Amino acid sequence: MKLTVGYIDIHDIQFSNESKVENGVLYVNPEDIKALASEDENFASVSVDIARPGESVRITPVKDVIEPRVKVEGPGGVFPGVISKVDTVGSGKTHVLRGSAVVTAGPIVGFQEGIIDMSGEGAKYTPFSKTNNLVIVCETKDGLEKHVREESIRMLGLKAAAFLGELGRNVTPDEEKVYETLTTKEGMEKYPNLPRVGYVQMLQSQGLMHDTYVYGVDAKKTLSTIINPTEVMDGAIVSGNCVSACDKNTTYHHQNNPVIHDLFEQHGKTLNFCAMLITNENVYLADKQRSSDWTAKMCKFLSLDGIVLTQEGFGNPDTDLIMNCKKIEEQGVKTVIVTDEYAGRDGTSQSLADADVRADAVVTGGNANEVITLPKLDKVIGTLAYVDQIAGGFENNTQEDGSIVVELQAITGATNEMGFNCLSAR
Amino acid sequence: MSKIRVVHYINQFYAQIGGEEKADIKPELREGVVGPGTAFQAAFGDEAEIVATVICGDSYFSENTKVAQPEIIEMVKSCKPDLFIAGPAFNAGRYGLACATISNAVKEELGIPVLTGMYEENPGADMFKDKIYIVATKNSAAGMRDAVKKMAPLALKLAKGEAIGASAEEGYIPNGVRKNFFEKKRGSERAVEMLLAKLAGKPFVTEYPMPAFDRVAPNPAVKDLAHATVALVTSGGIVPKGNPDHIESSSASKYGEYSIEGVQELTSEGWETAHGGYDPVYANENPNRVLPVDVMRDLEKEGKIGKLYPYFYTTVGNGTAVKNAVGFASEFAQKLKKDQVDAVVLTST
Repeated sequence: MKLTVGYIDIHDIQFSNESKVENGVLYVNPEDIKALASEDENFASVSVDIARPGESVRITPVKDVIEPRVKVEGPGGVFPGVISKVDTVGSGKTHVLRGSAVVTAGPIVGFQEGIIDMSGEGAKYTPFSKTNNLVIVCETKDGLEKHVREESIRMLGLKAAAFLGELGRNVTPDEEKVYETLTTKEGMEKYPNLPRVGYVQMLQSQGLMHDTYVYGVDAKKTLSTIINPTEVMDGAIVSGNCVSACDKNTTYHHQNNPVIHDLFEQHGKTLNFCAMLITNENVYLADKQRSSDWTAKMCKFLSLDGIVLTQEGFGNPDTDLIMNCKKIEEQGVKTVIVTDEYAGRDGTSQSLADADVRADAVVTGGNANEVITLPKLDKVIGTLAYVDQIAGGFENNTQEDGSIVVELQAITGATNEMGFNCLSAR
Repeated sequence: MSKIRVVHYINQFYAQIGGEEKADIKPELREGVVGPGTAFQAAFGDEAEIVATVICGDSYFSENTKVAQPEIIEMVKSCKPDLFIAGPAFNAGRYGLACATISNAVKEELGIPVLTGMYEENPGADMFKDKIYIVATKNSAAGMRDAVKKMAPLALKLAKGEAIGASAEEGYIPNGVRKNFFEKKRGSERAVEMLLAKLAGKPFVTEYPMPAFDRVAPNPAVKDLAHATVALVTSGGIVPKGNPDHIESSSASKYGEYSIEGVQELTSEGWETAHGGYDPVYANENPNRVLPVDVMRDLEKEGKIGKLYPYFYTTVGNGTAVKNAVGFASEFAQKLKKDQVDAVVLTST
C-alpha cells in the first residue's frame, strides 16, 4: 500500500470572510466553524479563536488536537468510519496543512483535560506551542451526560479539521513524501538480509472516556489486529480521550505517529518495516491476557525479529505494557518499549506500576510528576477555572503573581509515549 | 565574588608517595594542589582554588575508618572550604570506598557540597551513589582527563548551588532520583536506534532500568572443598540467646557477627531466632535447623571441608529493605574475603 503525502506549509492563521489557503496562510471564516457546530443540538455556544506560536496565550481545558488533512486521490476520505465512509484509506494521495491544528477546548470532565501554553516555560513541553492553532471553545448544554458532551466535542473537532483540510485540496504542496508498505512476500524478497521490524501500538481503551476509535470502532471492543501505517496517516485512528493530558495521544499524534515515520526513515536501509499492529488497554485481566497473547502470536506469525512497543496512559496500562513486552520477547521477538514515568515530584519512586526483567530496552518520555511553574500569560482561551483540579494541578496552585504551579501531567502531550518529544529522564 | 575554596582528597598513590607498600600512611594535610589537583585547578580557572589536599593511605583508611574519618574531617574543617572533592578513584576499590565514605562524611558533618568520581563498578559507587554525586569515570587512570572534564564543572555547579540536571547530562552515576531533561533526538528515533542495536547484539543503554532485579550469577564450584574454609551466613535470625545486639524482628537495620569457635552444635540454651516472620518453635528447639553448625562440624571431622569459619553473620530477612540487606552483605563480604573464606553457605528460614 502506497501513500503520497503532500505537505502544505501553513505559517499563519487569520480570520477572514472567506475560508481558504493562500500563500501559506490559512484564512478561516469563524461562521463556517459555527455552522458545523449548529449541526449538533448539544452545543449551547461555540466560539472560535486563534493561538499562534510565541503569543502570550494559554489554552485550557484542552480536549483534542487535530491536523487538517484531505484525501485528494485514492479510495476513502479522512477519519474513515467517523467523518468519511468506512472505505479503506492509506493509498493514493493526501494533502496536509502542516503547521496548523484544530484545538478543541471546553470542560467535559474538568480534571482530565490539558493546558497548551503558546509561550513561556510551558511552551517548551507541548508540541502544540509550535503549531498555528484554530481553537474551538465548546460549551455544551446543561444537563447532558459527560460521555454525550465528549462525543459532541470530539465530532466537532474532527469535522472542523476535515473542513479546513478540504481547503488544501487544490493547493500545490511544498513537499511530497511517499510511504509504502510491502506485502509480507514482497518485503522478504526485496530485503532478504534486513531485520524484520514491526510496530505495536497500544491504544487507550479503559473506557469511561478513556477511549480510542479505529475506523469508527471503539478499540475496547476489538481484538489486536494489523493496520497499514499509511491508513493511520489518513486518520484511521482518532482519540476519544479525556485522560491525563501529558501522555494521551491526541488525534494529531496518531496522524503524525513518530514511530511510523522513524521506521519508514530506516525502511530498506537498516531494517524492513513489515507491519504495524494495534492492541488495546482494557481494564479486565481477561482482556489484558487475550489482547497481549494475540499480539505476541501475531508477532511470531509475521516472523518479526523485533518491534517497537508504545504505551498510552499510565498505571493500569503499565500491566498491559509489561504483558505485551514479556510475551513478545518470549516468542523470540526483541522489543523496545516507549513509556513515561510517575516517579513522584521528587523523582525517587519506582516509575512504573509493573516491571519485568525482559523489559531491558526502555525509552522514556520523562517524569510526569515533575513540577513546573507556568508564568501568567496575557490571554486565556477557555477558562482557568479547572487548573487546580486538572490532573497535575493541585489546591491553591495559582500564585499571587498569577503564575500556576503544575505537574507536567497537565501539559498536553508533554510526556508522550509514542516518543513524539525530546523530553526524557534519567 | 571571592574564589570558591576547595579541599581535595587523594590517596598515597596519586600523591606519589608510593603504591601498596605505602598504603598504610596516616592522613596528612598539605597546602595547595598535589597530583591530580593540578588538572582540577586548571579546569577551575579563576573560579575556585584548591587550598589544601588531604592525603591518606587506602589501607589505613579502610582498616581504621573510625579513627581516620574524624581526623580527616578536622583537617578539612580547618581549611574552611566551600567545596570538597575526592579522587577520582577509577576502579580502585579501597580508594573508591574511601573517596565516597569521606565525601559523604564531609557532606553530613560539615554541610558543604562534595563530589567524587569513580568507575561505575567500583564498590564505593554502589554504596554511596544515592547519597552523594559520583561522576562516572573510566576504569583506569588513563581516564583522568575525561574525569576532570566532567567533575570540574559539576563541582562548580554544586558549590554555587546551581540546579543539577539529569545524570545523563551532568555525567554522574544515576542516583535513583529521576530527573527530566531534553534529549537531542526524539523518543521514537531513540527507540528505533535502540532496537537496531538490540537486534544486532550491540550494546545499548536502557533509559529506565527495571527496578529490583539484582540477579547475581553463582560463582564456579569450589574445586578443593577438602581444603576450603566455609562460612555460614543466615537471614533466618539465629542469634545468641537474648539477642544481645537487638536485631529487629522485622525490617532489620543491622546484622550480627558471632563467634562459633569451638561450638560443636547450637543448643536451645545458648541460641535462638530473632526472626518475627515464621513460626520460631522449631528453630528455637534446635537452632541448627536454620544455622547448620552441627552438620558443618561433621563435615569438618570427615575432612569433606577444610574448616568452618569461626564467625557467622546473621540478620532477619523479614520485611527488610533490599537496600539494607545489600548494605550488610557488602560490609561482611569484605571481612570474609579478607579472611580468605572460600565458600559461604547461605540459609534463610
